[in-house]
Amino acid sequence: MSLLQVRNISKTFGGVQALRGVNFSLDEGQLLALIGPNGAGKSTCFNVLNGQLRPDSGNIILAGRELVGLNARQIWQHGVGRTFQVAAVYGSMTVVENVQLALLSKGRGLLPVRRSTSHYFRSEALNLLEGVGMHIQADRPASILAYGDVKRLEIAMALANKPKLLLMDEPTAGMAPKERHELMQLTCNLVKQRGMSVLFTEHSMDVVFSYADRLIVLSGGTIIAAGDAQSIRNDPAVQEAYFGTGKTFEI
Amino acid sequence: MSLGIGDVLVQLLNGLSYSSFLFLVAAGLSVIFGVTRIINLAHGSFYMLGAYLAVSLTTLFPPTVIGFWGGIVCAALVIGLVGVLVETLVLRRIYEAPELVQLLATFGILLVIQNVTLKIWGTEELFAPRAPGLTGSLRLFGRSFPEYHLVLILMGPVVLGLLWLLSYRTRWGVLIRAATQDRDMVGALGVNDRVLFQVVFFLGTMLAAFAGALRIPVDTINLQMDLSVLTETFVVVVVGGMGSVLGAYLAALLIGLLHAFGIMIFPKITLVLMSLVMAVVLVFRPYGLLGKPEGAARKGILAIELPIKPGSLSFNVFWLGVLVVLLVAPMVVGSYLQTVLIEILILALYAASLHFVLGIGGLPSLGHAAYFGLGAYAVALATSLLGVPTLTSLTIAAFAAVVAAAIFGWFCIRLSGIYLAMLTLAFAQIMWSIALQWVDLTGGDNGILGLYRSPAFASITAYYYLVLSICFIAVLIMRHLVFAPFGYALRAARDSVLRTEALGIDVRLHRWIALIISGGFGGLAGGLQALQKGGAFPDGLSVSQSIDALVVILIGGVQTLVGPIVGAAAYFGVKTEIMRYLGDSWQLVLGLTIILLVVLFPQGIAGFVKQRAAR
Amino acid sequence: MKSANCILEVNKLSASYGRARILFDVSFVVHPGEVVALMGRNGAGKSTTLKAIAGMLAQRSGSVIFNQTDISKFRPHKISRLGLGWVPEDRRIFTDLSVAENLEVGRQSARPGSPSWTVDQLIEVFPNLGNMLNRPAERMSGGEQQMLTVARTLMGNPILVLLDEPSEGIAPKIVEQMAHMIINLKARGISVVLSEQNMHFAKLVSDRAYILERGEVRYSGTIEQLANDASVQKAYLEF
Repeated sequence: MSLLQVRNISKTFGGVQALRGVNFSLDEGQLLALIGPNGAGKSTCFNVLNGQLRPDSGNIILAGRELVGLNARQIWQHGVGRTFQVAAVYGSMTVVENVQLALLSKGRGLLPVRRSTSHYFRSEALNLLEGVGMHIQADRPASILAYGDVKRLEIAMALANKPKLLLMDEPTAGMAPKERHELMQLTCNLVKQRGMSVLFTEHSMDVVFSYADRLIVLSGGTIIAAGDAQSIRNDPAVQEAYFGTGKTFEI
Repeated sequence: MSLGIGDVLVQLLNGLSYSSFLFLVAAGLSVIFGVTRIINLAHGSFYMLGAYLAVSLTTLFPPTVIGFWGGIVCAALVIGLVGVLVETLVLRRIYEAPELVQLLATFGILLVIQNVTLKIWGTEELFAPRAPGLTGSLRLFGRSFPEYHLVLILMGPVVLGLLWLLSYRTRWGVLIRAATQDRDMVGALGVNDRVLFQVVFFLGTMLAAFAGALRIPVDTINLQMDLSVLTETFVVVVVGGMGSVLGAYLAALLIGLLHAFGIMIFPKITLVLMSLVMAVVLVFRPYGLLGKPEGAARKGILAIELPIKPGSLSFNVFWLGVLVVLLVAPMVVGSYLQTVLIEILILALYAASLHFVLGIGGLPSLGHAAYFGLGAYAVALATSLLGVPTLTSLTIAAFAAVVAAAIFGWFCIRLSGIYLAMLTLAFAQIMWSIALQWVDLTGGDNGILGLYRSPAFASITAYYYLVLSICFIAVLIMRHLVFAPFGYALRAARDSVLRTEALGIDVRLHRWIALIISGGFGGLAGGLQALQKGGAFPDGLSVSQSIDALVVILIGGVQTLVGPIVGAAAYFGVKTEIMRYLGDSWQLVLGLTIILLVVLFPQGIAGFVKQRAAR
Repeated sequence: MKSANCILEVNKLSASYGRARILFDVSFVVHPGEVVALMGRNGAGKSTTLKAIAGMLAQRSGSVIFNQTDISKFRPHKISRLGLGWVPEDRRIFTDLSVAENLEVGRQSARPGSPSWTVDQLIEVFPNLGNMLNRPAERMSGGEQQMLTVARTLMGNPILVLLDEPSEGIAPKIVEQMAHMIINLKARGISVVLSEQNMHFAKLVSDRAYILERGEVRYSGTIEQLANDASVQKAYLEF
């Protein structure tokens, strides 16, 4: 059954149509990769999903609920977690405090003022950190972590709300090949354990082909292909738009 | 009172004349901000210098048309060159420094110019010769209107036209517009950005000085001109959109006409009208009429911070010791030192309340004096009009500041960075102007005098203990909030708004509440100050009062919670000593010290110490 | 290699952003009239190298000899005035200005020994720009902006142009025009350093290539050698 349905989403910026009627769906427990050349509309599509941009038209249905018109905060409350292309964690806090804050935000308007932060959700936070292999570093400042560890911390934070859907914007950008595979393996395990779904954008084709259950290819603001790794690799339209054949350069 | 067509026409012309003047000053500020991204608090000082120099030159030159206008133009050009000198000697060195540090530097320049002006021209108000050939008046439907104002009216559109020609028809104009958008790229294309910045500074300060010089036949020239012009200029620039010259023109027209007709209909509350207009514009266009959102943050307010931790045992023991010393102090020291301690404690509370939003919340508020001064006036009015006892009046002070912070904060949370700084400054300047203008209520320049404390706190020692306990409790409450999840949410939003919203935390709500809390404690500090001094004065709402808190925080170190307390003690000590030994040169020395510190340690003194310690 | 034979000689160039070091002793040379490709994956340090050469990074060390002048301590405008143009990856068009005004910002007076350009000559190379000189730059498409950003740099009459990712994020048809343009520059005696991820594009326009990986130079050779070396391509260039 499909968890997320994106129907006919369009978005125009100052005369440039970034998305023209994008349609796709994402099943429960699936890892869906969104790929395409730079400027194809990937980030626009992503920002529409996470509430940073409002589409001109179209619907986004998550488990039967409309997400269009909600802001980033409400989308989180509806069970969508996200990680950023350049990992964003709080450098002025320790690792565990980062996760505690994510746990604290759940379903509240104003965060508590009664007791100091160390009293809230520390054990839950440590559990989440253990899930991503970061519990040993729980009390280190987040600002001095290695980049791969920052990414793991970010995932732990995104999991705090038990999301149904995790959006990952270029999860392995800026990482070494070994780190990449560790991170994606971790993501796959989390998907299995928690029964959640993942939508990610990615430039690194080995990551996409090894870990995605399904791929959709965006080019010029529309989906030009969808399917499993094998069919996408052999799709002539995709080769032309993205992987390149060299034909376009013949002079 | 019936209004004839003549009255309306004359007020319309007055409004246009005032608009032109506002536009000249605001256009200069806007151009400088657009390219250098510096909020130049000394802009009003160049305006004042222009006026003073123009008085001297027009008196010196022969009283002919050429002599008069020659004096005006020469004054503007010379002060423009002074602006270039200031840019080259001071500001050029700190373009990469945090915004608050830049602001501090321009405040240092303001102090220096104040004092130099005083030394050259004295404290007496000056009167200028009237413009030859333009001394008469026009008759309009039975009303008279001075001919000279027609020149002023024309000057606005003329300068707008010239600026337009400069911007769109000359290479320099194109370069300035390009640099307003991306100055680094302009440099990469072969344009010497240093020269460009000098040109921009020349243009901006010259416009301010020209405006000052033009006003000499119609205004008295005094040492308060620099700060009084800042208020309306900032309102105009915020309403028009920072960096937009056309926006400044539209805003100046709006504010100028409002001012003129406001005076006719509600003479007492023109500034309230003005702030309402500003509020309405900002609700619909947070970046002003023609402004654009600030580009990606060029740099944070502060360097990366490390996690805060409750103090270590020895740290706590030390501060417990300080508290014990403060508790027994009155038994040992006399009333003079007790007064000094009271002032330091009040300054510490005031600075700590700013630190709560600035250091923890990352919101660069430049108008914290709004709450401090409001608290002082609230205490003074509650005591003198209602005759309430001391503790009640302090409660009223905190409450008044909370209400003001709730209203101002509601606008502020929509903005960030330099726009927020500018808006908070504008709010504080409006409060300051109201205190000066609403003489019936506030006593204007003289303030409200003759406050007495309730008998229980009448003695200096009793009051000392009251101040100590209020400051102690207030600082503890803020410290508690910083360690509570609420404070973590503030720091989270400071580190990354995007991430925090994506975690489902309402950034604006938390910031708004933080501003309210901070305002309330700021107001309390102001109330305590009023009861200490026995009066409330416009100074409590001034830019210098806002800057004081900033200096204290920067001295004490933005990254520590005790910074404001340490900074207050250090700053108060230094300032009193300078004032005691240097008499009226204190502004000069303080200004130069600030400039020197900023140029030598652009990352702040505490930052410098940290860097050294890290080596 | 003697520096006299080189228009650009980069020697042990290092650069950092804050505490993070991005480049480690990068060295390479460009001969007059040559098109050199700096290749490598995202984040390999290609853009940073070009920025450091153009003086756009404050934290840099090592020497950069351009046309017999050591420019490693120069500020960007001075480097530009010596005839070294930089075309940034993110275009950085002045969107508030018209196309003609964008070109005006880049204009420098003619320099002896380097080809000089007028707006009319640029329009011959980029015909699209000719129809939109008075259009605000914000109303241009991505590909048109990409052309404008190159044209704007050419207005400074450079002898060497640093092109950061010229083929990125633009339609194949425009990519083709960019390739023509680079070949055109070369024909006029202008040297080019381009950062590129796309092997097809690099092969089409460049003479030699260097590969960067994690801020270090890992490979250098002629473009034909690289094009025929599947193992190197697999190691450093493929996704």
